[in-house]
Amino acid sequence: MSAAVSLRDVHKRFGEVEVLKGVSFDVAPGEVVAVIGRSGSGKSTALRCVNRLETIQSGEIEVHGRRVDDPALDLRALRRDVGMVFQSYNLFPHLTVAENITLAPRRVRKTPQSEARHIAVEALARVGLSDKIDAYPEQLSGGQQQRVAIARSLAMQPKVMLFDEVTSALDPHLTGEVLKVMEALARGGMTMLVVTHEMAFARRVADRVIFMHTGKVWETGAGEMLAHPQTPELREFLANGL
Amino acid sequence: MGGFTLIHFLYLLQATLWTVVLTVLAFGLGSLAGFVVMLARTARTRWIRAVSMIYVDIIQGTPLLIVLFLIYFGLAVVGIELPALLAAAISLMIYCSAFLGEIWRGCVQSVPRTQSEAAECLGLTRWQTLTDVILPQAMRIATPPTVGFLVQVLKNTSLASVVGFVELTRASQVINNSLFQPFLVFGIAGALYFALCYPLSRLSRALERKLNVGRRQPA
Repeated sequence: MSAAVSLRDVHKRFGEVEVLKGVSFDVAPGEVVAVIGRSGSGKSTALRCVNRLETIQSGEIEVHGRRVDDPALDLRALRRDVGMVFQSYNLFPHLTVAENITLAPRRVRKTPQSEARHIAVEALARVGLSDKIDAYPEQLSGGQQQRVAIARSLAMQPKVMLFDEVTSALDPHLTGEVLKVMEALARGGMTMLVVTHEMAFARRVADRVIFMHTGKVWETGAGEMLAHPQTPELREFLANGL
Repeated sequence: MGGFTLIHFLYLLQATLWTVVLTVLAFGLGSLAGFVVMLARTARTRWIRAVSMIYVDIIQGTPLLIVLFLIYFGLAVVGIELPALLAAAISLMIYCSAFLGEIWRGCVQSVPRTQSEAAECLGLTRWQTLTDVILPQAMRIATPPTVGFLVQVLKNTSLASVVGFVELTRASQVINNSLFQPFLVFGIAGALYFALCYPLSRLSRALERKLNVGRRQPA
């Protein structure tokens, strides 16, 4: 079976600084891959290249057979297939939870208003926030906002979900509820690429862990690799207690 | 020499109405043009941004009176003779478009970039992102300065008196020329301007206060 997401020798520069120096990896359908590494290791950039929030200088990126680096790419079709959740939630503050979730289905999929409400109800049930459907983002805790952001992404029925340090802005006691939602998604067979600092989550939930260092894939393996790091860089990264 | 009578006052009131008409015309047309300027200033294409910036710089760096002379006297030389009202409205429209375009560009750009990223990640087009996500947030920020600018436009309509359009300033000149009671006549004209502008200024300030205690961005 072909990969859901595949990167081949991807190079990305911001001006003079090369942040990705030949990154290659695959994510199989239904697989959960955690990407770890220091700030500046290029892990978030790699993720953002997958749905072309960043364009690359060379290499190939494919998502479900669609070439992301092709300039003639149907960007909106790609983004219908790839959901993304951000560190800062990025909910739309002027819209209610239901409106946040149904905006894209209504505008992009042309779902009628009555059906859209149903989509919101269903998506919120999946993240355990059914009672917040008519709240505004500012009335929710950070953890709740992030769960709504996940629900908003799910409502578009993506084939792949990207998570960009989604718990980094949360207080420790709020990260659990978000990770629990992600774990349930993973068990449900969602293809997930997760940039994270949560080592326990990476170890327990991810099928595979990728350690990035200085713009390269440095070490990769099952969650167990975190207990037995092979390279001094990963050992040092883990020892610094993130 | 006769005194200031009710007739004179009614004449000033009527002229005030023309001041309002000119303001509405200038601000209405200027808003439309300003919206286009805002779109051009935030466009993805580099040369559109560059051209619109030059336009804004030129208009903002030129006295409105000069623009008015160019439109009224300048165009007349090449055979386009516009009525004073129209010439004034066009000049003020150009003036509004440059300033409103810049005010609104700032408001649109003050909405965090991550908002449009999130919208585009959901598959929304650039236009849908603008109308459904960015503008509703930018408009809340834009309202106080926009109303504040409306006050400037209203006061600047007095320049139309120079090309003979009988609005409030011109009307008071006409009356003063016959009565020669400048303190009284221009005092009344000033009071009429103030009566129009003050409520707008207060509104602008009230909107600003309301905005500051209103809903905030998520962290």
